Amino acid sequence: MVKLSVQGLDFWYNGKQVLHGVSLEIMPRRITALIGPSGCGKSTLLRCMNRMNDLIPIAHMSGRVLYEGRDIYAKDTDVPALRRRVGMVFQKPNPFPMSVFDNVAYGLRLQGTPNPDHLGKRVQESLEKADLWDEVKDRLQLSAFRLSGGQQQRLCIARALAVEPDVLLLDEPCSSLDPIATARIEELLARLKRTHTLVIVTHNMQQAKRVSDETCYLLDGRVVEFGPTARLFTHPTERLTREYIRGDFG
Amino acid sequence: MVGVHRAEQAAFLLCRAAAWGALAALALVVMVVFLEGAQVLSVGFLTRMWSHRDISQGGILPAIVGTLFLGIGVTLVSIPLGVGSAIYLQEYGKGHFARAVTLAIRNLAGVPSIVYGIFGLAFFVQLLRLGTTIAAAALTLGCMTLPWIIAAGQEALKTVPDSFREASYALGATRWQTVRGAVLPNAFGGMLTGSILGISRAMGETAPILMVGATFYMDYLPASPFDKFMALPYHLFILATQHASPLAKSYAMGTAMVLILLVFALNTGMFLLRAKLRRMKTW
Repeated sequence: MVKLSVQGLDFWYNGKQVLHGVSLEIMPRRITALIGPSGCGKSTLLRCMNRMNDLIPIAHMSGRVLYEGRDIYAKDTDVPALRRRVGMVFQKPNPFPMSVFDNVAYGLRLQGTPNPDHLGKRVQESLEKADLWDEVKDRLQLSAFRLSGGQQQRLCIARALAVEPDVLLLDEPCSSLDPIATARIEELLARLKRTHTLVIVTHNMQQAKRVSDETCYLLDGRVVEFGPTARLFTHPTERLTREYIRGDFG
Repeated sequence: MVGVHRAEQAAFLLCRAAAWGALAALALVVMVVFLEGAQVLSVGFLTRMWSHRDISQGGILPAIVGTLFLGIGVTLVSIPLGVGSAIYLQEYGKGHFARAVTLAIRNLAGVPSIVYGIFGLAFFVQLLRLGTTIAAAALTLGCMTLPWIIAAGQEALKTVPDSFREASYALGATRWQTVRGAVLPNAFGGMLTGSILGISRAMGETAPILMVGATFYMDYLPASPFDKFMALPYHLFILATQHASPLAKSYAMGTAMVLILLVFALNTGMFLLRAKLRRMKTW
């Protein structure tokens, strides 16, 4: 069953159209990569999938986005509940100015005050899933700002995992990280794929090639080509895709 | 290269001179007030009731208490309203309405305090029949302080990066949960600073309480918000301009000194509280 389905999505930002009739289907327990040059609308598309664009007052859209068959832009959608199912990790690591523990507990505490033992367990599980537990288990009360960039990003992933999402949207999660930190995140994504559906925006074609099962190439707000990553990178059907992955521009 | 170097040095020297000039002006004010004021300062001056006939027999206790009560009153009036408005305008309000209100508040912040005084006289003292009481004065000063506190609150909220808000929403937080959990804790210090500065300025204001009727002579301490009151700035004004006693000028300086120290103590307390709040966080 399709996890997320985008159907004929048009999106305007401040009167300028940035997405033109985008349609694509995200399959469960796969990694789907959205690639394309800067400004092609890939982040905007990603943010339509959990309604993060609602926060921008000068934006509007038409078309449909379905999560498990239900239109997430329907009037009766519980947006906070949607975002707990479809979580997000941002381009720049953005931990709260709190301790490591409180960062991971933030989303859990929003749903009421769980008992401390249960909270501690959930925090530990989330940090383990994000491959960060061993590095921080002795300093959970340390400020999140004292961690390295890569650790901070894994903390943000742990924070997102703590509310037990089904889908994780990642907006260029490695763009501010060095190659070693990037490699650790990529390993983590490969592991998370077993339990979660992942959509990753990246401007790094090699990364898309390494981690994703499906790739969608966007240019100027339009889907140029969407298909299995292995095929798209070896036998692209579109001339524009061929030019982009060959590095003729971008 | 020599020209660049000289310009560099000239700019540095000018800025340094400006800093020293500002400090000198401040030091001069404090010195003049303290040198003359110290002559009348005594335990009796701080703890006795005011004696109108022979001012050397009395103290300024009712004025100190009156000013402290005003400070508390202004805090109760303007902090809840000011902080609430700032949160609404910055975090909830969208579009033309919020922008119009923000603009109006910025303009109100520049309205001279005497105008608030006449408003307070017409509205609180006469229309609402509060009379010349602490309540009327606190409400008047509260109205005057409100735009400063709102503006400071909005600035403090603006310094919280949007990435905190986004992170919170992405975890399924509602708007109020985001404001409470991710925004306010990081704007609290700035809001506190702005609020206390506004309140200490209000405590030193003379014009508004002149209009809503501070009392110059009282031989008891106010016991309720609906009592009459004395206040340090007004007391100082009368002593300096209206009183016949040859000692009046020294007593005016002594009163000024107490007022300065009171405001200074309030600001120091605020900075200590801020530092403590900062240390309570783990970074």
